[in-house]
Formats: sequence, structure tokens, C-alpha cells
Amino acid sequence: MSVTPAAQPPPQQEPTTLAARFALYQRAGGVITPLLTTLLALFIAGLVVRFTTGASPLDTGRAILDGSGLTWLIPESVMDIRSVAGTYDDWPSEAEARLNAEINLQQTLIFTTTLILTGLAVAFAFRCGLFNIGGQGQFFVGAIVAVAVGAEVSGVGRVLHVPLVLLCAALAGAVWAGIAGILRATVGAHEVITTIMLNWIAYWIGSYLFSLGGPLQSDRSRQVPISNDVQESAKLHVFWGDFQGLHVGFFIAIAALVAFYLILNRTTLGYGVRAVGYNPEAARYGGISVSRNYFLAMAISGLFAGLAGAVDIMGWQYRYGQIDIQQSDIGFAGIAVALLGRNTSIGIFFSALLFGALLTGSNTRNLALPIEPELAGNMTLIVQGLVVLFVAADLVILYLWRFRKRLGLPRREPKAVGS
Amino acid sequence: MTKRFPGVLANDRIDFDLGRGEVHALLGENGAGKSTLMNVLYGLYHPDEGEIRINGKSVSIGSPKEAIEHGIGMVHQHFMLVPVMTVAENIVLASEPRQGGVFLDYGSAMERVRRLSDSFNFAIDPDAKVESITVGQQQRVEILKALYRGADILILDEPTAVLTPQEADELFGILGTLQREGMSIIFITHKLREVLEIAERITVLRRGKKIETVPREGSTQDTLARLMVGREVLLRVDKTAAAPAEPLLTVENLSVVDERGLEAVRGVSFEVRAGEIVGLAGIDGNGQTELIDALTGLMAPEGGLVRVGDRDVTTENAHQHLEHGVGHIPEDRQRRGLVLDFTLAENLALHDYRKSPNSYFGWLRPGRIVSAAKSLLKEFDVRGGGPQTRASSLSGGNQQKVVVAREVSRDPRVLIAAQPTRGLDVGAIEFVHRRLVEERDEGRAVLLISLEIDEILSLADRILVIYEGQIVGEYGPDVTEQALGIAMTGGTREGAAA
Repeated sequence: MSVTPAAQPPPQQEPTTLAARFALYQRAGGVITPLLTTLLALFIAGLVVRFTTGASPLDTGRAILDGSGLTWLIPESVMDIRSVAGTYDDWPSEAEARLNAEINLQQTLIFTTTLILTGLAVAFAFRCGLFNIGGQGQFFVGAIVAVAVGAEVSGVGRVLHVPLVLLCAALAGAVWAGIAGILRATVGAHEVITTIMLNWIAYWIGSYLFSLGGPLQSDRSRQVPISNDVQESAKLHVFWGDFQGLHVGFFIAIAALVAFYLILNRTTLGYGVRAVGYNPEAARYGGISVSRNYFLAMAISGLFAGLAGAVDIMGWQYRYGQIDIQQSDIGFAGIAVALLGRNTSIGIFFSALLFGALLTGSNTRNLALPIEPELAGNMTLIVQGLVVLFVAADLVILYLWRFRKRLGLPRREPKAVGS
Repeated sequence: MTKRFPGVLANDRIDFDLGRGEVHALLGENGAGKSTLMNVLYGLYHPDEGEIRINGKSVSIGSPKEAIEHGIGMVHQHFMLVPVMTVAENIVLASEPRQGGVFLDYGSAMERVRRLSDSFNFAIDPDAKVESITVGQQQRVEILKALYRGADILILDEPTAVLTPQEADELFGILGTLQREGMSIIFITHKLREVLEIAERITVLRRGKKIETVPREGSTQDTLARLMVGREVLLRVDKTAAAPAEPLLTVENLSVVDERGLEAVRGVSFEVRAGEIVGLAGIDGNGQTELIDALTGLMAPEGGLVRVGDRDVTTENAHQHLEHGVGHIPEDRQRRGLVLDFTLAENLALHDYRKSPNSYFGWLRPGRIVSAAKSLLKEFDVRGGGPQTRASSLSGGNQQKVVVAREVSRDPRVLIAAQPTRGLDVGAIEFVHRRLVEERDEGRAVLLISLEIDEILSLADRILVIYEGQIVGEYGPDVTEQALGIAMTGGTREGAAA
């Protein structure tokens, strides 16, 4: 067909499913759109800072960067990292500043670990055309089971205990998400609704279990609605840092990224999931069971989220309580991570790192100045919300993308060429 | 009237002129630039160069509204009618006669439409709801709409695609009347026979270029086809007489209920033998889709029996049908036949990715899948991409070749081909037809479901006609088109005369 795109738009199939729409979106913008999305979100967050507090957005950004510990990665020979946010008053020597940055970077990576896993939980379902809003609930279930098995089972060696806790928590997450998968596959109940409901069920089950006198409440501090600590044998090895350092869960998350890629692209299971995600009707015609894949995709999603809960407990929290449940939103953050990461392994790694850095960098401890802590603490939420908003507006971006193409069409008036 | 506008590539310096009272056919394969040219004329696209002149005057047409003002009316392939409104309401839409400037003067609208309809012998009741009249009548409503707005140049885009042979004949009659009244008509099509029947002059487009304008006299289907494709084309499918052997597909008293719970297939029985092509003719929406779905396991039948060879597959699912030797070229390759976001290699493995050598204990073997795809793409002459190309970037004809390649390469015993050439150009149609005959000669049982009578007549060794979910007739390959047309509209059904 000898038609230029300018003269006649190629017959573009309107994408029918979420996954197909994403595929198109991804192709349309490549790596540029997520970067733009990020910059735009940061820019708007900067405006919010400017207009609510009067503080300089640039100073705030530098303070967040400093607080995230990412500055530790800058070699000493390049610059004094105190110059990033002007923290010469806080640290008499650069060595001290670097020590502080090192600790902060460990916190950033701890968050990154969890965010990778909750991001994968959203992304895997997405690739099957499902929107898993239940990462939070699946995370709770994973954390609860991890606390239960980690604290209440004793007398087993670390070699057995660690895998046991991981396995139980992952399975719990899988079951929790699988419920939504089964409901979608059998009666067609939409997964967005069911996973949100399951979030609340997990929330209240957890609240009950850790409440005063509840089944999992601590034996020692009877006045605090919190669990026992997990056994030493259920703790993940900390390999970097002494004060709440980085644990090997980080490598579990990296392995999960690799597994995500392999499952999707190298296994028959992943083939089926992607086929259903792109075009359920063609998959059905091809002899692939759509309902089976809905269930499997949700269950595997839940596996990742359950693992996130376990790694959090075993890596640095060691206990879980009512207050943790009330304050946790790391499962929801996974939605933004997956959306910004375009549901790919590499993308999720980087967007998890971004959100991990934001979480740590805007922590009130790190961002005492120049803005007030309340706003600082909500910076991540603002950026997160904006990212979801932008990506959810993929249709708008798609439209703009096509509009750009249409603009390429010269709209000159027909001019006479003689006859 | 002269129109001259050299475009970049979609239309490359095409000259086209239309005389008063003339029927001028625009002939070309898909993507030849016919629609682009007409869309320019109707103000939907803007020419990059060149000019349009009406009655010797140079005009600029910026929108369909301006086109209408210049007396150009267009009847699209897909009708733009409001089904729940009456014929008259549809026709006067957007230029309603008003009472006191506010209220629709329905009476005078009716009257005007009736007068217009009668003067051209349209035989349409202006008070009927659009949803309750036939497709052919709806088309006439579209034509009336254009006339009502004062069109004297009428563009018809593939007008016969949706019509039965009888309706097409009626349409030609109407066009003749309009022509005698001095209307100029541009008739876009890729069907050679129609062109020779109705057009006075024929302009052939190929790859955005005008090849030639020829008068009807002295043109034959063969000469036109050569102009269209640029090489000799075998219009007639070369095939020997069928040598049917044992029945491979047996259908007994099959009933299927559609999504709305209505009985779409009602007690259908037939068999397809090894080495024959059975054509199932019928107008769209007479139960073909449901029948296909039931035969391929995509929909569970309500009652009856389906056997492939000796095996009862009535209650088996799509996967099991595939395993037991049913190949299915689906009606809609983009919605069902292909995962457009998958690569060609992935699409070719759609049915067998779980099997060795495509996978090994649940692990895909991309190397094997790609190399298998490579040889299939070569064998079936798929152009426009390799194994790693996304299916969505291929043209319709090449997409269909991928589907055919996949279905045929699985060595099915029964091959169900639903509308296998829909939307394809002459070259691709030739390929698919030849391949279907080859598969027949390999000893497969081929069931061809098509809305195109020509296709059925040129391929089938035996013809069944489906009407309202029932088989209403069985014919040999030498049945006339007229007889089929009558059967397709229910004319032979028992009790139809009563």
C-alpha cells in the first residue's frame, strides 16, 4: 500500500483492552513519555511547594535529593556532596555527610525493594488486561502471614525458616488475589471492585489480629496493639549498614524482576497471559482459556505482593501492628510504580527507585528545611498521584500523539497548476 | 468538470473527470487510493497539490458541508442513518423544514420525501422506521438524502458490498434512472463484473496512480483485472472435479442459541467429505457466525451433534477442536484471527505454543518458533515483515496469509474458512482461492462460508444455502446466481408461498 502516513492515517485498530492500549501507548512514546511524566509531576509538585509555603522548589528538590542518599553515588573526586543541598552547617566534614548519605541510601533501597514487588503485583495483572488494585490487601496478608510464621514458628534453622516464611506469605498473597481472579473468571465480577473489597477485609483482619488481646498480639507488651518480633532465624541477612541496613530482600526483588520477565516472555504461561491481555477473543479462538489465565495472572500478582509483605517484615520491620496497617500505602504506591514503569521489568526497577528516593528524601527527618514537615511528608503522595493521573490519561496522550501526526498533514489550500 | 490534484503518494497526480449524466467507475485494489481520492472530493482530506473544478469553475472544498453546497453527495459503505428515526426524519436531518422556526414540520418533510422518492421510483415509505427496512432500502434512503440536499454529483463507495444480487440489480436500475435525469455518478468498487454492467467509463487506479481511463466498450473482466493488478490474473479458479471420499465433518440436527438467547441455528444437518469444498451461501446474519462458533468449539450448541471423522466433538472446547483436526480461518482476522500486538512468529504459534518443539516443559523456545515462522512466511509469500514484525503493521492481505498459513500448516482434517477473502485485493484473493483448492486436493474437507456469491460459485463443489438458521437448499456447482439469490432471501423455503 503506497500511502504516506501524512496523507492517510494507517488503519489504526482501536485498542480494546487495557493491555493493548498500553502496548500502543508504550510504542507511541517509548522511554520519552515516562521521563516527561516524571518531570512534569515533579514540576507541578514544585509549584505546589512554591505556592503553599513560598519555599524555593529548587531548594526543596535539592534537599530531597540529598535526603534520598543518592548523592552517595557521586564519587568523592567529582564534588563535595554537601554542596548538593548546602548542608555545610550540618556536617563538619564531607566524610560525615557521606556516612549520613550512605544510611539514607540504604533506606531508599529498602523502600525500593518493597516498591519493586508491589509494582510487579500490579504489572503482571496488567499484562493480562486486569487492573489489580488489591496490591495493598495482598501486601497485608503477606505481612500478617510472615509475622505469624516468623514469630510463632520456632526451633527451625534459618536455612529452613526464611524460605518457609517467604513461601507461606507469597502463597497467602496469591490466594488473596486469586479470590478476585476466580470471581472474575467465573461470575465476571470486576477485579477493580473485588480487589478493593479484599483490601478492606485484609485491613480489618489485620487490625483484629494485632488488637489488644488479639491472636497475634505481643505476649510481652500487652498494652500495645502490635505483634511479637519474628524469630532471629526468620530475619533476612543485612549486608550493608549497621543501623537498619539494607537486607538481602533487595536481591529477592531483583530476582523477582528477572522472574517477571522470564515468565512473561519465555514461558507458555506468559504467552497465554499476554495473548489474553492483548486480545481475549483471539486467545479464545486460539484455544487458550481466558478464565484460567485471569485466575493465574491474579494469583501470580498476589504472589509478588505477598512477597513484598514478607520481605518488609523479615528485612527491617520484624513486627507488625495496628498502626502499621493504618499507615501503610506501599501497596497503592505499586500502582504508580507499575504505571510509570510501563509494566516492564526495567521500567519498574527505575520507577521503584524514584519513588523509594522520594519517600526517603521527603522524610521529615531528612527534610526539616527548607519546608515544613507536613508538606514534605506528602511530597511523594503528590508526585505519586500526579503520575497516576497522567498515565491514566493515556487516552489524552494518545489523542495528542495522533493529533501531532494529523498536524503533519499540510493544510494548504489547493492551488491551481493550470490545466 | 475537471479535477486535478497531484498528491504525494496516496494519490499521485491523478486526473479524473466526470461528465454530466455519466456513470464513471473508479476501480482499484484496496489501498489503490480510490477512497482517498473521493475523500478529497468530499472535503474530508485536503489535496496537497492540484485543483478541483466543478462546471469549469475552480472550487476549494474544505469540509463535507462545502461539498454538499457544491452539489456533491456521498453514500458511504457504512450507512450514516439513525435507526430509530423514520425515513423522512433521517432524510431531512440537519436541514429540517420548520414550523415557526422551531418545530419540525413533519408533514411537509414527509410530503417532500414522498415526492422525491416517487419521482425516481424508489418505492420507499417515508414513514417507516429505518431499523425496520432492508439494507437495500436503507441504501436508497442514503441516496435520497443526498438528492434532498440538492446533489447532482453522487459518490457511491462500494455500494454493492452489502447487497444481495437482486438488491444490486435494483440499485443499478435506480442509478440508470438518476443518470437519465442528468445526475453524474462516481461508482467506487473493486468488482469487475459490476463495472462492466453499469459504468460508461472506467478509471483504474493502482498504487495511488491513475493507470488508465477506458470506455466500457471493448473492456473485459480480464483486461480490467490486468490494469488493476498490473499483471495477468487468474480470475477463474483452476480446479479439477472434486473426488469426495469419506465424510470428515458431520453435522446432525444442530441448534445454536446466540448471545441474546435466540435460536440462531435451527436444526442444521450436513456433511463435508474429504476432498471437497462445500460452500455455505447466505446473507449476513442468518446464523453463519453461530454455526461457525459451534463447529469450532467457541460456543456450545444447544442440541444436535458435530462429528470430526469418527469423533463426537459436540461438547468439546476450542482447544480440543484444534487438537482433533479442525482448522478455522475466522471471519474477522483482526478481532479474532490475530493478536495484533504479537509478532508474526508468536501469532503463527497461537495454537501450538504449548507443544513440542515450540516449548519444552512450559518454557518457550523462541528460536524454534522463529525459525518455523520464517519458513512458513516464505512458503505463504507473506510480505511486509519477518517473524519479529508485529502483526498490526501488515496489510490486510498479508495478515490473512499469516492466518491461512497457520491454519493450513497444522494439517487439519477439516478446514473451516469463513469469509476468507473479505477485504482482500485481487492478488490476495487469487492466492487464498488457489490455496483452498490445493487443500481440497490434499484430501481435506473444506467448508467455505461466504457472503460473496461469486466466491461460492467459483470454489464450491457443493453449495448449501442458509436462511434464518436453516439450510434451505443444496445445489451443484453449476447452479445459477439467480437461483442462489432467491434461496438466500428465503424464496424456496417450504411454506414461503403460503
